[in-house]
Amino acid sequence: MTYEEKGIWVYLVVAVGAYGTYLAIVLGQVTTVPIAGIDYVPALLWSIGASIVGAIVLRILVEILGPSDSYAADARDRDVKRAGDRLGFWPIIAGALGALVLSVVQAEYFWISNAIYLGFVASAVLSSVITLVLYRRGI
Amino acid sequence: MVKPTRITNAIRALRFANGEMTQADLAQRIGVTRQTVLAIEQGKYSPSLELAFQIARVFDVPLDEVFQYPEQS
Repeated sequence: MTYEEKGIWVYLVVAVGAYGTYLAIVLGQVTTVPIAGIDYVPALLWSIGASIVGAIVLRILVEILGPSDSYAADARDRDVKRAGDRLGFWPIIAGALGALVLSVVQAEYFWISNAIYLGFVASAVLSSVITLVLYRRGI
Repeated sequence: MVKPTRITNAIRALRFANGEMTQADLAQRIGVTRQTVLAIEQGKYSPSLELAFQIARVFDVPLDEVFQYPEQS
């Protein structure tokens, strides 16, 4: 597995882990607090911050446990990444459109923020999965 | 989703004919990862024209001795 492919795995694991943790914290409040009263902002900011730090730490750990032959991306890495990003970009558009609709209907900030956040996470997951499939099946 | 390439290649045979050159050796000489050489050999990645010429130059053979494209039926 190349250095770049390992990086995609780390990105995928961290994105799913951080968003899963965020959802668990927020959904834990849904049954006891009205939507407008859910204190989701700290959890959202912490999950974004933790995913950045977590990705760096996990990336270092992965390389310590299994060093790569080379640390430079080559033409195939770039082609695969470009295709994965192109095919996995649409959830960001969907999230932005969803947030636009929600703001037009004057929905709670909770829904607008979460539509955007979900779009980013869904795009990260989709583009990572497509990229990993392209690494395995070929491009 | 992925359209398989019709390009075939003789890289594996050429490596063995050139002192059993390893994939890592070839990769190092053309500036890619070993996994990319493996993907090219297996037909999972079509290299750029420039990379294809670099591979042919390593083996000192014309391009069409490394890569073949079947006639349209």
